[in-house]
Amino acid sequence: MGRRVVLGLLAAGIAGVVTGHSIQDALAHVLGPIENRDPTGLISLIPLGETFRFYSVTGSVPARTAQSYRLSVSGLAAHSASYTLADLQAMPQTTLVRDFQCVTGWRVPQVHWSGVALSVLLDLAKPSPSATAVRFHSFDGTYTESLTLQQARRPDVIVALQMLGAPVTHEHGGPVRMYAAPMYGYKSTKWLSAIEFTDHVEEGYWETRGYGVDGFIQS
Amino acid sequence: MAPEPAARSAVLQRFSRAERAVHWTIAVLMIVCILTAAILYNGSLASQIGHRRVVELVHVYCGFALPAPMLLGVIFAAYRADLKRLNRFTPSDWHWLRARNRRDGSIRVGKFNAGQKLNGSLSAGAILVLLGTGIIMYFTGLTRLSWRTGATFVHDWFALAIGLLVVGHIMFAIRDPEARRGMRHGQVSRRWARAEHPDWVAELEALENAVDRSGGPASRDGEDSGNDQQSRGRNEDRAFDRLDEPEV
Repeated sequence: MGRRVVLGLLAAGIAGVVTGHSIQDALAHVLGPIENRDPTGLISLIPLGETFRFYSVTGSVPARTAQSYRLSVSGLAAHSASYTLADLQAMPQTTLVRDFQCVTGWRVPQVHWSGVALSVLLDLAKPSPSATAVRFHSFDGTYTESLTLQQARRPDVIVALQMLGAPVTHEHGGPVRMYAAPMYGYKSTKWLSAIEFTDHVEEGYWETRGYGVDGFIQS
Repeated sequence: MAPEPAARSAVLQRFSRAERAVHWTIAVLMIVCILTAAILYNGSLASQIGHRRVVELVHVYCGFALPAPMLLGVIFAAYRADLKRLNRFTPSDWHWLRARNRRDGSIRVGKFNAGQKLNGSLSAGAILVLLGTGIIMYFTGLTRLSWRTGATFVHDWFALAIGLLVVGHIMFAIRDPEARRGMRHGQVSRRWARAEHPDWVAELEALENAVDRSGGPASRDGEDSGNDQQSRGRNEDRAFDRLDEPEV
């Protein structure tokens, strides 16, 4: 009997791995709206998936306010710059409604994002011919990520100021974070502090720890 | 119940050293896995503690190690004997699970009650599922994305379930000091065993009586397993218990 329980659980586990994707969609479809209106907050204790999991690779990240925030753009480019949050807000805004997909499997469907297309900042900086990549730095002091210049110019790669219909919160990497829609989440640097033009793609934080430099979502 | 010979000891050996080592190694690994899982999963804990890479490594390697003591235990006869007992569900086990009066002693209970048997197999199965889905999530190049999503889904729900199972297990242990003593020192009082596991005590006493009647000292290693009294009934199972028996 005990053996049957073990084998039964294994079978359920395998079935769950294969079908979990669609079960989770259905569950979230039914329970998601209830969770959003649940005054007790108890439903959020159920692992529904399809919610954000907060990743931070350092102990604590200092908060930056609208006043103290700066985004520096530097490196192999004609014009270095340092933008305040107000500067970024004054630029043309791009809005995307796209999934946030973690490489480990979890996913938040149809997230509302808006901010400045990265290509806008790249054009303002006028990268020199030797620049082939951009490197992102985080004010957590540790995290870095890189994109090729070609990837960075895609229209669905933005410097996000808004997420989920509100300014990006500190937990989500605010006030300003990257969002590279066609790629896994680790490509979207949180707590963005600097964009640097480089002559090669440097491996980012998770990439030196095993994840692919090519972060495009593959099904 | 058999008359009590004067020489009969007040304590019974319940778990061997190897079994206790397996239990406590799993306990430590499981608790570390649960604590690190809480940090990885809960948003407010995650943002307070951060250091995701370190927490993740501790979680993943404790998880990988979790089945090792379960497998290593198989080397030991006492562990194998108890696995066999845990695996066997009797009709009175089903009755025990359904009955409201399961604790009043009217239902026959052997070395393990039905709840303990169920806990054992649910834990073992859940640990294997968590290991498998954890491997899929950690080694991201292993399978397609939709299976990683499925693995995350299964891992979340099984983690919640095993967390509840562990909490329940600890709550039962907190309520029963004698059961805890059995898992700490290996021995339990005969009085407790008679109340909680009467059929197990009856088995042990049948063996003791057999030894008494054959007149020899409490011979070890089952070398007396060929004698008449023992070859009657389920002697194979009893022979396993003999290996457990210390010289008390």
